[in-house]
Amino acid sequence: MKTEIHFTLNGESIEHEVEVNKTLLKMIREDFDLTGAKEGCGAGECGACTVIMDGRAVNACLVLAVEAEGCDLLTIEGLSGDQNELDPLQSAFIENAALQCGYCTPGMIMTAKALLNENPHPTETEIKAGISGNLCRCTGYKKIIEAIQSVADQNKA
Amino acid sequence: MKFVGKSVKRVDGVKKVTGTLKYVDDIKLSRMLYAAVKRSPHAHANIISINVEKARALKGVKEIITGDQFERRGGLYLEDKNFLAVGKARYRGEGVAAVCAETEEIAQNAVDLIEVEYEVLPAVTNAKEGMKPEAPLVHPDLGDYHWAPVFFPKPGTNISNHYKLRKGDAPEIFKEAEFVVENNFYVPHVQHVPIETHTAIAQMDADGYLTVWASCQSPYAVRQALSAAFDIPLNKLRVLSPAVGGGFGSKAGTTLEGIIIPFAMHAKGRPVKLTYSRQDEFENAYVRQGLHAAIKTAVNKEGKILAVQNEFIWDGGAYTEYGVNIAKAAGYASAGPYDIDNVWTDSYCVYTNHPVGGPYRGFGMSEIHFGIEQNLDIIAEKLGITPVEIRKINGMKPGGTTGTGEVVTVSGLMECLDQVVEDIKFYERSEPSSPTKVRGKGIACGWKAPSMPNNAASSAIIKLNEDGTAHLLVSAQDIGQGSDTVMTQIAAEVLSISPEKITIKTGDTDHTPYEWQTVASRITYSAGRAVYEACHDAMDQLLDLSQIKLGIFKRDLELRDGYVVSKIYPDKKVSISELALGLNFEDGSAIHGPIIGRGSFIPPNIRNADKKTGLGDHPVVFWTYGVQGVEVEVDLETGQTKVLKVASCFDVGRVVNPQLLEGQIEGAIVQGLGTALFEELMLKEGKVLNPSFVDYKIPTADDMPEMIIKFVENPEETGPFGARGVAEPAMVPSAPAIANAIYDATGIRLNTMPMTAEKVLAAMQAK
Repeated sequence: MKTEIHFTLNGESIEHEVEVNKTLLKMIREDFDLTGAKEGCGAGECGACTVIMDGRAVNACLVLAVEAEGCDLLTIEGLSGDQNELDPLQSAFIENAALQCGYCTPGMIMTAKALLNENPHPTETEIKAGISGNLCRCTGYKKIIEAIQSVADQNKA
Repeated sequence: MKFVGKSVKRVDGVKKVTGTLKYVDDIKLSRMLYAAVKRSPHAHANIISINVEKARALKGVKEIITGDQFERRGGLYLEDKNFLAVGKARYRGEGVAAVCAETEEIAQNAVDLIEVEYEVLPAVTNAKEGMKPEAPLVHPDLGDYHWAPVFFPKPGTNISNHYKLRKGDAPEIFKEAEFVVENNFYVPHVQHVPIETHTAIAQMDADGYLTVWASCQSPYAVRQALSAAFDIPLNKLRVLSPAVGGGFGSKAGTTLEGIIIPFAMHAKGRPVKLTYSRQDEFENAYVRQGLHAAIKTAVNKEGKILAVQNEFIWDGGAYTEYGVNIAKAAGYASAGPYDIDNVWTDSYCVYTNHPVGGPYRGFGMSEIHFGIEQNLDIIAEKLGITPVEIRKINGMKPGGTTGTGEVVTVSGLMECLDQVVEDIKFYERSEPSSPTKVRGKGIACGWKAPSMPNNAASSAIIKLNEDGTAHLLVSAQDIGQGSDTVMTQIAAEVLSISPEKITIKTGDTDHTPYEWQTVASRITYSAGRAVYEACHDAMDQLLDLSQIKLGIFKRDLELRDGYVVSKIYPDKKVSISELALGLNFEDGSAIHGPIIGRGSFIPPNIRNADKKTGLGDHPVVFWTYGVQGVEVEVDLETGQTKVLKVASCFDVGRVVNPQLLEGQIEGAIVQGLGTALFEELMLKEGKVLNPSFVDYKIPTADDMPEMIIKFVENPEETGPFGARGVAEPAMVPSAPAIANAIYDATGIRLNTMPMTAEKVLAAMQAK
């Protein structure tokens, strides 16, 4: 069964018919070909599918697509500008080598984005707590924390 | 140097931070079909019958296959494995049938409708038990299997490889030694846990040409395995690995590709996809084998190790096509990075009815060092010397000999040890954060050699473009370690053009040249050397044309910033863009044509070891040595261990990219920390009890310690610019260093991993 929903996706107004049992993750990946958000576990445990919904980071694998009704959705694809200019967080991840295989990276950046929106000057402990729901098997997290910290420092300046 | 040794930014960075890099699961092909697998609920059972009638009747089901349709066995080193079980299931979760359907949901529903009748057999769930003569046989037909001649299966038993090392006369030394120390250790199964699960798509054209998109570390090895299994010539089989979301060894061979190929063959051009769920990934991807280790050491009162005798019993799981090599690698490394005259080792790979063992970062090494490095600390304490002193006395120095009798020419182990002792402030104490906590420090050494066939080869092609840019083609896979960037840096350095002018292409067996496998920490060394050779070949062609153009001898020319320049008169020069398509003359004629550099490489002079003794003067290409020191804080009330600080130093030969190299070490330390403190694939009667992130925890940002990363650079003679591999070795000392630190803090010596809070607390209470 399908139902029509309305939402904003990366700044664009959308009207969309979606199966009522489809997850938000499946909708953005399958219906909109936005494949930056990944399915790492399908159970809300790894954070690879993180997107920002009305300013909050959510695990898109745990949210039903129909819950997006009336919401403002931001995925990793919407983070860079129209001329492909990178968000400061994206630049900081490259600058700090805060990524390796890249599979957790979109989710990690979206979590960090929501964190910095809410708390522009987090401490290292707050950053660690903020990204503790996003698993990375490659980096050991150090450079990810440094990347987020560097953007937070820019916020201060 | 301009680019080697610099923290050049990742060439795949923008694609990865924007989420635009397409991994296999992101590929959308029209009219895609989906596969699902029916799995055995028993660890060991004969398959009596499989009834697929109800499943076949389900609308949307295209085809169902069972194992008996594909009886040909395959495997990298020992051909013992089928893509689906034939005749009997050997582990709980083994595929017995598979469905291809219009949607994933239909495929899964059809799987549930397949009825399988089993005759349950007694299972082997412990490798030590499995070695006994009365144990049920997992592979009764082992004697009929094919294997590479460097392995020694024992048909009629569950032993799929018995590796022996006999250096000197260890039994005689033990009779007369002043001190003999004997300890047993156990390392459980762990999982690799890449964040991307295994996934593959297969599509066959009407003319029989098969394309496979796979999340795999080694497209050429996958192509070879699939070609052999399905009788498809290599020129009709293309394997693409567009991006890999983490491997750590789990994607080294072929896992699920073979299940979808039969469907693709009958799907009239429709692509067929199979993606592992996280549960599949925990249960049905390669696991790190469990290890029972017994280490006996003879030592004199000065602390010199006179002899070691090791017994390693590996829980290889249901199939050991890769695992036999883990037993071998652990065997020839069994002396550890120490200069010991008498070494006696037996390393057994044993079939069990457990998930299939396979390569995991530093395979064999992390497991054996957990014992070797604790054993050393135990000996040091008995003799009243420090952990540093015993390692100084016995640690490998140039001129020493390895366990196989190879004379060592390069080892920075002592420099690494000094550096780590200084960085971790080994002899100083720091105050615990509360009176109910205690702190301690530990140290461990480690070594590893690439565990690969002697003739494991690499190749590279560099094509110059008419604007002075270039394309670099290799099949070394960037699985996160940064090889695309490192290969680009090596090419940039030789050609003297900036890395931005080079585009690297990888992972397509039709278009990128041969690479054996992206494993064994061999890529910077071996593929890097092929890139180095390819660029020198291109340079040679450029200089040939330039000496005609400039009238200057080749020996007086060099590449500099996009030009061929005279070393003597720097204003005499010609741009490489002008020569890229050949040399043009004033009369309009031209010679040579496009500049294409070719590089091929096989590590030189690696020879088989003696079959009887395991001795060999050059059985591996190089050894990478390193040391880690850690500081821990243990909560006396809960037993919880917090790793506060880790200092690491490795001899990498040459640092090609400091920032990426640090990333490899940091990642390895945290992975090692996970295995040391909480990771374990819990098995009961062959069943995985914790196949989810809820029950199998991997480290999070909260677990990250402070890390001090240093390197020493004693060049590798045949490596590009002297580089050797380190991404795996970096994990080897992590767990034993933590174990030694826990002992230092609490006096508790734990000889099994993981060293959980429960275990530490129970041990403290029992003291």
